[in-house]
Amino acid sequence: MKFTLCVWRQLNSDEPGSMVSYEVDGVSEDMSFLEVLDLLNENLVVRGEEPIAFDHDCREGICGMCALVINGVPHGPEPVTTACQLHMRKFTDGQTITVEPWRAAAFPVIRDLVVDRRSLDRVIQAGGFVSVNTGSAPDANALPISKDAADRAFEAAACIGCGACVAACPNASASLFVAAKVAQFAALPQGQPERLQRAIHLVEAMDREGFGGCTNHYECEAVCPKGIPVSFIAHLNRDFLKAALMSREVRDVPPAVEAEE
Amino acid sequence: MSILDGKVPGGPIETKWSNYRVDMKLISPTNKRKLRVIVVGSGLAGASAAASLAELGYQVDCFCFQDSPRRAHSVAAQGGINAAKNYQNDGDSVRRLFYDTVKGGDFRAREANVYRLAEISNSIIDQCVAQGVPFARDYGGLLDNRSFGGAQVSRTFYARGQTGQQLLLGCYGALSRQIGLGKVQMHSRVEMLDLVVVEGKARGIITRHLVSGRIARWAADAVVLATGGYGNVFYLSTNAMGCNVTATYRAYKRGAYFANPCFTQIHPTCIPVAGEHQSKLTLMSESLRNDGRIWVPVQPDETRAAADIPEAERDYFLERKYPAFGNLAPRDISSRAAKEVCDEGRGVGKLGRGVYLDFSDALARLGKGSIAGRYGNLFEMYEKITGENPYQRPMRIYPASHYTMGGLWVDYNLMSNIEGLHVLGEANFSDHGANRLGASALMQGLADGYFIIGDTLGNYLGSAELAEVDINHAAFADAENSVRAGIKRLLEVNGRRSVDSFHRELGNIMWEYCGMSRNAQGLRKAIDLIAELREQFWREVRVPGTNESFNVALENAGRVADFLEFAQLLCYDALSRDESCGAHFREEHQTPEGEAERNDEAFSYVSAWQFTGVGSEPIQHKEPLSFDNVALATRSYK
Ligand SMILES: Cc1cc2nc3c(=O)[nH]c(=O)nc-3n(C[C@H](O)[C@H](O)[C@H](O)COP(=O)(O)OP(=O)(O)OC[C@H]3O[C@@H](n4cnc5c(N)ncnc54)[C@H](O)[C@@H]3O)c2cc1C
Ligand code: FES
Repeated sequence: MKFTLCVWRQLNSDEPGSMVSYEVDGVSEDMSFLEVLDLLNENLVVRGEEPIAFDHDCREGICGMCALVINGVPHGPEPVTTACQLHMRKFTDGQTITVEPWRAAAFPVIRDLVVDRRSLDRVIQAGGFVSVNTGSAPDANALPISKDAADRAFEAAACIGCGACVAACPNASASLFVAAKVAQFAALPQGQPERLQRAIHLVEAMDREGFGGCTNHYECEAVCPKGIPVSFIAHLNRDFLKAALMSREVRDVPPAVEAEE
Repeated sequence: MSILDGKVPGGPIETKWSNYRVDMKLISPTNKRKLRVIVVGSGLAGASAAASLAELGYQVDCFCFQDSPRRAHSVAAQGGINAAKNYQNDGDSVRRLFYDTVKGGDFRAREANVYRLAEISNSIIDQCVAQGVPFARDYGGLLDNRSFGGAQVSRTFYARGQTGQQLLLGCYGALSRQIGLGKVQMHSRVEMLDLVVVEGKARGIITRHLVSGRIARWAADAVVLATGGYGNVFYLSTNAMGCNVTATYRAYKRGAYFANPCFTQIHPTCIPVAGEHQSKLTLMSESLRNDGRIWVPVQPDETRAAADIPEAERDYFLERKYPAFGNLAPRDISSRAAKEVCDEGRGVGKLGRGVYLDFSDALARLGKGSIAGRYGNLFEMYEKITGENPYQRPMRIYPASHYTMGGLWVDYNLMSNIEGLHVLGEANFSDHGANRLGASALMQGLADGYFIIGDTLGNYLGSAELAEVDINHAAFADAENSVRAGIKRLLEVNGRRSVDSFHRELGNIMWEYCGMSRNAQGLRKAIDLIAELREQFWREVRVPGTNESFNVALENAGRVADFLEFAQLLCYDALSRDESCGAHFREEHQTPEGEAERNDEAFSYVSAWQFTGVGSEPIQHKEPLSFDNVALATRSYK
């Protein structure tokens, strides 16, 4: 197979970028999309050009590192599939394929197809966890949790933090990402003590980082490689409203208070 | 050669750890705040260590090369994590988990470490559940378990096929909390390129920022490496693309001993290579062998499709050779048998490197519904990758490099022979001996990070005499200069070959001569071939661009350059271990039936290697192993 790849090239965050076309020949249908980029990069290097920078690591759809907008769609045409799990048999020989980075104010481009997603980490740092120190846990079976609740928590926890939801959203909102984290802990008894603070702290952090709000476009759900449903956003909104109605003192408890000796 | 002391505390094995903890030096909270610890790695081992040390009050700097700590390779683990909870009341206990792990490691691990691991396993599950890790549960709301990797008890906790992800997100949450509180400084996309040793103690590291290329010095009171395994020395493996040996190898070059590098695990059920551009291999759960039958055509160079080959012309080689275990023969035996039939020209698939894993009998017996119930997601994944529907035609599988038991040598405190350098998780050699049991790597990483390092590092810092050292010390300048020189050298070769092409070639050499089975002649040949390839690399590699930018080619070149040196060490170790044990199969040492012959008289020790120079033979040190709590046994699968 043979393809024309139109790829976003940008030296660094200060320089403007542009689309550059490359021909790639000798592609087999068993190759993954990232292996086609590897092949193109080998050709570039041998010619003395710098390879196209793109993020990837596990190539199994679980680490959330790969982040490509392929033909206008985050992670490409195959539903519930990360870019690294996409294979060339899903394309037609001779096709032109565009490849761009995630685009969002909260994800500045680092180089070519690589963006800075640390904003998502900072959202989690604002309270996306259960505050429990090592060694202080009771026996794991002391507190039964219904299978339903555990399954619901798992469904939310399956988020790989890739940011496709942000890239797909016209408002560049991270609501699905935040909602999934809030929903995971809301489903479990361990998550209850900090439940409302968590919702408010995460939403505030999301705003601070420059992500937009949710206006129900549902593009996030359509591109999520893990199939996380938008219904979690409604739950997030409920918890957020409840928290907003609480008195300031309760609301403003910092995400975790450490006892200084 | 010297004899190494594992510093195992005295007393009965059951109370060693608890008694030892009582005697440890403690540091007051005020003093802890003045102590700085570097943790390299944010996988299960690194993230749990960084979070726990920060909770204790230390100032922690944590590093990873991915863009976020949540993406460390641990995220990809599928099957589960062991613990001796005995929730199923099926006779499990700390002692049994200990015994199974020592036996699984073919009696090449340090007993006391393994016992402690089994002991701690239960606290890990408690900790993870408290963090909100959504483990699988039964209808009564209690935790579910499954039996894994041939264990006779159900002791494996799991979260669908994503246990590693869920455990890592638990660690990542704990780490994020400490970052938010300002107790951990997180440095992502920053790669450690050297260890700084001052007066015999690890006192810092040199890093390169992968975005800006900035080279920086970091000083600390202790350094913890949790940088994962080196399975990518085979190029193709089930590991993530970025997994590499650089951190541990460069520590080795600074004097840390590398233990048992030849203990590498090959997993029998991976999706075979599809073509020359293959970049990694995907693991298919071993559980598939419960219902699938493994076969190849009787005739070499068979061209017919699987369905057109009549029963009489199929060779169910595992069932034939190992009638008692059949398709469930252990990982190493199944892997070697598959390689053998492919070497005879009977392999299937385009490249002839694969064997069929056929579900047609099971489908006929149980129906599509129940097969889908058991393996539906795996079948889907297989189809996504190969484009073939395993309900209609047999899967093709082949062994691949999966896990590395070897790593930097550490004593019972998880400290290497360089004082103040602690090594955790897959990066150390400590608990799995010559082979690792399924679901025990996750357990080890979390035991090291959550429950061991906090105590042993405190004990070290509480008793060590630490001179005032900052980044202006000559040792930092020296290490920084050597890092800069290495980068400059890579950029200046200006040849015509890509870094990947060398990595691929190295992988082929390793797979051929130091893979599933090894012999002295092949290993000697590999040592020479690697040396030649390395010379060629330094003559012909092309690394475009500059240091002062986001340069993926440069990043990768440094890692492959280290693999090209490390691979020789691995072969030297394999050559010197003139016995078959665990995953290390020396063709010279097998029974007429092809079973491994261990030699406890001569080889009941850990090999720990000391660097002597690139390309020159390393010096071997030995830690003798004694087994006072288990009886040495030989396995038999006939
Ligand atoms: C496909 C697959 C499935 C598996 N399934 C299971 C299972 O079911 N059960 C089980 O017990 N085990 C399983 N394993 C094994 C297990 O996942 C690993 O052994 C374990 O997760 C390793 O954890 P770690 O913390 O030691 O290292 P890793 O998770 O590999 O983390 C290494 C960290 O070090 C960082 N790092 C490395 N080098 C540098 C450097 N030079 N500078 C800065 N940072 C660096 C990386 O960024 C990363 O953060 C599986 C492995 C694979 C490949
Ligand atoms: S590379 Fe890990 S999800 Fe794609």
